[in-house]
Amino acid sequence: MQNAVEDPRILEFDVRTDEMLVNMGPQHPSTHGVLRLVLRTDGEVVSEVTPHIGYLHRCAEKIGENLAVRQWIPYTDRMDYLAAMNMNLGWSMAVEKLHDYAPPERGRHLRVIIAELGRIASHLVGMGAYGLDLGSFSPFLYAFREREGVLDLFEQACGARLTYSYLTPGGATADLPPGWTGRCLKFLEDFEPIIAEYHALLTSNAIFVKRTCGVGVLTGDRAISYGTSGPVLRGSGVDFDLRRDGEACYTRMYDGYEFDVVVERDGTYAAPPGTPGVPSDAVLGDSWHRFYVRMLEVVQSISLVRQGVAKYEAEDDLDHGQPFKLGAKLPPGEVYLETECPRGQMGFYLVSLGQANPWRARARSSSFCNLSIIGEIGRGCLIADIPAIVGSLDIVMGEIDR
Amino acid sequence: MQYDLEAPGRLQERFADSIVRVVVAAEDSTSEPFVEVIPDAWADIAAALRDDEAFRFDYLNDLCVVDYCANDKKTAKAVGDERLEVVYHLSSVSRKRQLTVKATLPRWADADAQTPPGLPSVAHLWATAEWHECEAYDLSGVVFIGHPNLRRILCPEDWVGHPLRKDYQMPLEYHGIRGR
Repeated sequence: MQNAVEDPRILEFDVRTDEMLVNMGPQHPSTHGVLRLVLRTDGEVVSEVTPHIGYLHRCAEKIGENLAVRQWIPYTDRMDYLAAMNMNLGWSMAVEKLHDYAPPERGRHLRVIIAELGRIASHLVGMGAYGLDLGSFSPFLYAFREREGVLDLFEQACGARLTYSYLTPGGATADLPPGWTGRCLKFLEDFEPIIAEYHALLTSNAIFVKRTCGVGVLTGDRAISYGTSGPVLRGSGVDFDLRRDGEACYTRMYDGYEFDVVVERDGTYAAPPGTPGVPSDAVLGDSWHRFYVRMLEVVQSISLVRQGVAKYEAEDDLDHGQPFKLGAKLPPGEVYLETECPRGQMGFYLVSLGQANPWRARARSSSFCNLSIIGEIGRGCLIADIPAIVGSLDIVMGEIDR
Repeated sequence: MQYDLEAPGRLQERFADSIVRVVVAAEDSTSEPFVEVIPDAWADIAAALRDDEAFRFDYLNDLCVVDYCANDKKTAKAVGDERLEVVYHLSSVSRKRQLTVKATLPRWADADAQTPPGLPSVAHLWATAEWHECEAYDLSGVVFIGHPNLRRILCPEDWVGHPLRKDYQMPLEYHGIRGR
């Protein structure tokens, strides 16, 4: 033993803790699909996170170059499959921007109703799956129970429950069926009081608060530099929402609608009465704030759907917007349009040389940018915090890999 | 959000030699306004666009590459010269303005050896550019000079070719999987 202590290398070997590379995914339940994270760990502390993506890559952009614009709609469904309606809308509006076309009023209100219902459904999955990531099973069941109501409404409108291809360049493939708006209002009426249950289950749950407060803090400046958007950007205190700040051809859709952009102003949120407040441990830009923004956005969406239904029913002109002719030649030009999807700003770039197919169809994915911050905010946290951070970003791999 | 129609003029004042052209409204198409810059000057212009009070384009929305290469006679006229266009969509969160910047590159730096062309990286200015540049390199074959870790991000590391090039051919076989 005398010799061993005198040799400094052996002493060092005795006390050194090895760094270890831990593979998380691509089949890990908390990575929301096929995301592989390579964690360099020093004991329980993560010193480096390296995300590996591309497991779902099918080069949808190349496919888009070989199809007419309306034929690409089903492919946009399969990008963000939890908010397929909003993806349909993004591509449709980009095509319409190229044609300098706006759907008739009834079609506009229909789109607001559908898009905001899509946002509710998507945020419900985000909320439920987040509870699941943190080891709480029941919120997931509660969330899917209510999401079922939205899916039923979508099924009645277009026949599909996940990949809708409903909104399309020109308007929508069909008008809402008779009696649909009544069932929609009935759903909202049933759904609204249930939000208090979610808050009791998660938002003000002591374990949930401890697991998420101060975890994965992203400052506003970094959020902007990383191009994050949606609840991730607003959770960092940046007051930016394309429904209010977007391009005119997109914000025109929300003309006459009243809604709040959910963001922390002066240290507090404009939350409806009965909503739990911000816990004292929460830091602006942490996982808890991102989650909270989503929860409050659901309330805003409920109000938007109600306004939409009222306006839709008051419209005398029954034209909801006829889809563009399939395979018609596109006007030459190029347009880029971003819309506010549940996960953030989804951009579509369309270059047309006057043929029926786009010369270039580009999808700028919000989850792609939102995930890119994981290397920065995941550094220095515990291994158990990684699912809490990934879950709070609410990513969909189909959209990241395209 | 509107297109910043003053920014192109200001850029022309400051970087007169580095601006190829400014298009505010195209006559024959529904094009959005854009500024085309000389590739070598892009890093300096980008720094000014992000940091100058008059511009403040702190948000890089998107970066993508459009390949112009006709594969038949019918499209040749519409395509024009063979080239790659790298398109940057910038916006300013505080000023609520947006701007499109383009840089035109040859399709290959060396066509015989199929060496991809290069463009200065802006990953040090907008952190999001790091992943977007990887994607553009992976799918469209543009090398971003000065990028911290340029790699294939969506395709497998040993993939050959750049799928979004117009003359790309699917491989016959990849690790025993039939391609076409």
